[in-house]
Amino acid sequence: MDWEVIFRNAILAGISREAAVYAIAAVGLNVHFGYTGLLNFGQVGFMSISAYGVGISITQYGAPVWLAFIIGLLAAVFLALLLGVPTLRLRADYLAIVTIAASEIIRLTFRSVALTDWSGGSNGINGFADGFYVWNPFDPSVAYGFGSVKVFGNQAYIIIVGWTLAVLVTLLVWLLMRSPWGRVLKSIREDEDAARALGKNAYWYKMQSLILGGVLGGLAGIVLSVGQSTVQPDVYSPPVTFFIWTALILGGVGRIWSPIFGAVAFWMILSLANNVLDQATQAGIVPAAVTAGVRGGSIRFMIVGLGLMLLMAFRPQGVFGDRNEMMLADR
Amino acid sequence: MAITHPLTAALPSTQEALPDGPVVVADDVTLAFAGVVAVKGVSYEVAPRELFAIVGPNGAGKTSNFNLVSGVYQPTSGSMHVLGHDVTTMKPHEIARTGVARTFQNIELFENLTVVDNLMLGRQQHLHYGAGAAMLRTRRVQQAEVANREVVEAIVDFLDIQSHRDALVGMLPYGVQKRVELGRALAMEPKLLLLDEPVAGMNLEETEDMARFILDIRDELGVTIIMVEHDMGLVMDLADRVLVLDFGEVIANDVPSVVQRDPAVIRAYLGGTDMAELEGTR
Ligand SMILES: Nc1ncnc2c1ncn2[C@@H]1O[C@H](COP(=O)(O)OP(=O)(O)O)[C@@H](O)[C@H]1O
Ligand SMILES: [Mg+2]
Repeated sequence: MDWEVIFRNAILAGISREAAVYAIAAVGLNVHFGYTGLLNFGQVGFMSISAYGVGISITQYGAPVWLAFIIGLLAAVFLALLLGVPTLRLRADYLAIVTIAASEIIRLTFRSVALTDWSGGSNGINGFADGFYVWNPFDPSVAYGFGSVKVFGNQAYIIIVGWTLAVLVTLLVWLLMRSPWGRVLKSIREDEDAARALGKNAYWYKMQSLILGGVLGGLAGIVLSVGQSTVQPDVYSPPVTFFIWTALILGGVGRIWSPIFGAVAFWMILSLANNVLDQATQAGIVPAAVTAGVRGGSIRFMIVGLGLMLLMAFRPQGVFGDRNEMMLADR
Repeated sequence: MAITHPLTAALPSTQEALPDGPVVVADDVTLAFAGVVAVKGVSYEVAPRELFAIVGPNGAGKTSNFNLVSGVYQPTSGSMHVLGHDVTTMKPHEIARTGVARTFQNIELFENLTVVDNLMLGRQQHLHYGAGAAMLRTRRVQQAEVANREVVEAIVDFLDIQSHRDALVGMLPYGVQKRVELGRALAMEPKLLLLDEPVAGMNLEETEDMARFILDIRDELGVTIIMVEHDMGLVMDLADRVLVLDFGEVIANDVPSVVQRDPAVIRAYLGGTDMAELEGTR
């Protein structure tokens, strides 16, 4: 087995633009669930509406890149308001149901045949990201990196932009959560009735949280679509939401660095599972029939799922979480 | 314990002049849930600085009356005025901002936050800056946080919970949690304080401590208090006036010495044997 290949691929997966995208989206989810107690099962909906917002405003209306980004993020604000107005006065589970449904409605709408001229149907929108790569300081034909861990210029550019944003939004959320505003969000997570009795408009705070976390989801979607130079509807399907949840839970809910840690860990584990299986099959350790065709891909998710179940059994608070807090929440 | 004076200084707005007239006016208030009428045509007034008790058997509608004052429920009919505002259709957070603080029958604290954070949350209405300024930690923000921190410390001292200051509230013993909840309500600098069974589940010593806190709050700060309580001894000792409810209706509303001799009250609630106990606790 070639361990160098295994580890090189794991590192590449850990620093990939997908990992950065998941980290940013998970920061948003952490604002929702970790700090406010909102159950958002449709984070991918925020990602896609912003990604399409950017793609459509550039290809259909010729908007400059910066304006397209703003429009994309405003689309996420709009979605948060749309979802929040009817559900945030109700019990937490209503938001959960509505968000998961909305993310599918958005995907199916954008890929619908009737709107092909506008949103590109199942092919999505291509070739709108050139304006972004104008600022690329790297040479697209040169591979950058250390040792055998190398990526080409365009990749290096999007990886650096993605991780810079991930760190910036993490710091932003850290500052917000140690402010009195963040204290109120946490109080709503703990006991909404008590927060109201202290004069807090819980509904409005939850709305602000939904908007902030949704905009971070939107930002993640924009980074992903620009990085892939395409928005394709089926990239934004429900499993993405649950992978982002996985990353958050892996790191520990309600902890500042867990989205970044969890996203890196998630992608590294996925890559390790994949590559170890591949190599083991090539070396004849695992029979080829086990990993043939699509089975190999499914098995890696099974391994990750098993790992997550073990984590929940032995360390339910995630890597950074505080066990005491988990226990309190159960009472 | 004679450290009530610093508390008075720490909570100045409790001293502000109240609007003329009663602090609470409930006028023919009825509250019906599907099938159950929890409160039936209840009317009462609470005077400024009064320690007003609401008693009655389980399910008599005491907590429901509290929830009508604090806006958790809105009356099905009738009207409710608090501190000069018509609160009949106001929301809980709006009523709280007029100067009404409360504790809950089953403690409702922010368990995963520290004692200080719980109390600081009570101060939020007295922070006059937004999240943006707070993030940037402007001078004004720092000054406001320090000032509020001082108020919180005065309350911590008053309630004698210094050693629990930085503990997560959920980890504290029940009796201490009851104090923290009282402290959080006090931190709001209320003009009207609603206490729902403040000594429920407490032993004798804890009950005596709590009784002293309640009296100090009324006497030193001049806060008007409405208290729901099962402990008849405590009610008869502390209250200026007692409202007795039975099946959602008012059956008596008078000073303790009159209420405890009221035949209707004895029949409906206290019963012959309890009466003897009651005399004993006086
Ligand atoms: N949210 C509610 N829905 C339905 N019935 C309720 C609700 N809250 C209280 N009740 C009913 O109203 C009556 C009075 O309850 P409550 O005010 O809690 O009594 P107390 O505090 O005096 O024990 C009880 O019969 C109770 O079951
Ligand atoms: Mg009750």
